[in-house]
Amino acid sequence: MLRLFKKILTTGIVTESFKTPKDDELEQLGIEIKRHLDKEFSGSIAIREVDAGSCNACELEIHALNNPFYDIERFGIHFVASPRHADVLLVTGPVSRHMQTALLRTYEATPNPKWVVAVGDCAACGGEFGVSYASCGAVSNVIPVDVAIPGCPPTPLALMKGLLGLMKG
Amino acid sequence: MNHAQSDWTVDFLKQLNTTGCEVEQIDIASTALWQIESNHWQQFAELALQQDLRWVAGWAEHIQDRFFINACFEKQGVYVLLRTIVNAAKLDLPSQATVYPAASRSERHTQDMFGINFIGHPDNRRWTRHKAWPKHSYPLHKDFPVQGTPEPITLPDMDYPFIKAHGAGVYEIPVGPVHAGIIEPGHFRFQAVGELILNLEERLGYVHKGIEKIAEGRTPESLARLAGRVSGDATIGHCWAACMAMEQAAGIEIPPRAALIRGILAERERVANHLGDMGAICNDVAFMFAQMQFTRLRELWLRTNAKVFNHRLLMDRIIPGGVVCDLSDSSCALIKQDIVQLRKELSDILPAVDLNSSLEDRLYTAGYLPPETAAAFGTLGYVGRASGQDKDVRRDAPYPPYDQVIFKVPVETQGDVASRFWMRYKEIKVALKLIEQFIAHLASGDILAEWQTPPTGSESLGMVEGWRGEIVTYIRFGADNKIARFYPRDPSILNWPALERLVLDNIVPDFPVCNKSLNGSYSGNDL
Repeated sequence: MLRLFKKILTTGIVTESFKTPKDDELEQLGIEIKRHLDKEFSGSIAIREVDAGSCNACELEIHALNNPFYDIERFGIHFVASPRHADVLLVTGPVSRHMQTALLRTYEATPNPKWVVAVGDCAACGGEFGVSYASCGAVSNVIPVDVAIPGCPPTPLALMKGLLGLMKG
Repeated sequence: MNHAQSDWTVDFLKQLNTTGCEVEQIDIASTALWQIESNHWQQFAELALQQDLRWVAGWAEHIQDRFFINACFEKQGVYVLLRTIVNAAKLDLPSQATVYPAASRSERHTQDMFGINFIGHPDNRRWTRHKAWPKHSYPLHKDFPVQGTPEPITLPDMDYPFIKAHGAGVYEIPVGPVHAGIIEPGHFRFQAVGELILNLEERLGYVHKGIEKIAEGRTPESLARLAGRVSGDATIGHCWAACMAMEQAAGIEIPPRAALIRGILAERERVANHLGDMGAICNDVAFMFAQMQFTRLRELWLRTNAKVFNHRLLMDRIIPGGVVCDLSDSSCALIKQDIVQLRKELSDILPAVDLNSSLEDRLYTAGYLPPETAAAFGTLGYVGRASGQDKDVRRDAPYPPYDQVIFKVPVETQGDVASRFWMRYKEIKVALKLIEQFIAHLASGDILAEWQTPPTGSESLGMVEGWRGEIVTYIRFGADNKIARFYPRDPSILNWPALERLVLDNIVPDFPVCNKSLNGSYSGNDL
């Protein structure tokens, strides 16, 4: 256990914070996101991530939002396990036809008011896969989309900017 | 290929001849191609199993009114591509899945996509097909339009005949396709008693995006982009395998510097994914210290990727003929410095993880995969190597730059979640050494060979060791530099069935950690 505590102590806090910014952009973004969240969402939003056919690259970068560098939860954004708890659906991938009903049902299960963010080039416009016998293409072909975050995959910073864009409406 | 290695093919050909299975040998760019009559298809598999050949991959191709059915086998690093041709009038072929369980899902995929009827298949339920196209319609037939004729809303696949269990206290748990975490979609059907898993059945195919179909007619550059998105976490592995196959078909040799940079990219991808997985395995048993530390190390590693290669996940860094980005001396210095730092960090973290008794309690003996089962399913990569499968393409069928370096392939027989966790750590250590060796070998030179249009009909197999294990990619060119057939065999296709076995007699709450320890790609499986 001592080794464990020693590692925690010597690692310190790497989270790129408000007060001692290591990354100006992240700091600026974080403050702005928090301001909008406080004002319009009573301090927090809950996100349900739905992979509707992605190659898994977007998921990796969405995961990164929870690593100690970005630690997106400190801005009041957290990921939930059920669409019934969610304000926002973060949808990745071209929507595969085999996932179409699952996505529609997830959308229906999310209580109003709700927002949909299409993450990545495939979700935004169909990307490398487009529309075919197996793919519906962009998420907006299946459910209404409020904001699209392009990128293949979008970086964690791009994801945060996109979420800010959603809050600014 | 040295003489001792190729011996088995000579003996095996003799044996096939004496048993009446005539083999026509055809030369293609990379691999031996053996063509046989369709009535010997199953017999070949039986003889191959006797000779300890490993079943590697299976796929088909529609050419005019005939279907080419292919299977790939390997022994001692020598790959053989087996082919038979069946006429469109009678799409019957004896199943090899009766002999090799590894071939089962692959044959079901071929059945759904081509309408080939595998006679005697132990489980001929549909696999890749849900409801996006009708039963007697086959997307990989040349006359099937890429747009298909889909309904406005594709119905859910409600009538798939899952295996049933009955009895007092037996209950079913359906999970997915939308999972609780930030992961890919798939369906798992458990039969349980109390907390104990009696049976698990996987139902995948939810992320089927028609990759094989939309590959047709692409240019080499465009195919490389698509291959890099077969499974986003293995973009280097798939892109490399596809480019290797295309380069062999075109008769192009990539410059040595490009090969070394590809090696560095591949090992960096391995390290990034293993770091992520090691954290995630600990996270699935609620050990947050390790999750935070490993995700921190992964983020640092990805930031170096962005600095040096201009992409965090290294997409589109490999192109036909070479690589996109060169490595400057300062980049090499940064990479080397990173490695030193990572080693130091890991030597702090791993002892703390190792000494944690609660972690030990959850990871040891959980999700045990016996070596015999691993062998029967052809299990690959760290999953296979944790269960005694001593296979690694980098060593067994070395391709540049791995032919210039010496390295160890760690193998264990412990076969549990802990073993798969520590296997990743061992592989990280090997990968770090490899990156250092590749940097030391770097000499100035080109990073891109000039492309030349391959002859119409030329075909080839590309084999690389991706971070999950062996990736095998088949390419055939049509006229005018356009792709006629692309089939990528992700290691997940062979590893997924192992999950159904290794969770048996474990408790349901241990399923997430068992699943993560295997970490199959859904996208790479569903195509």
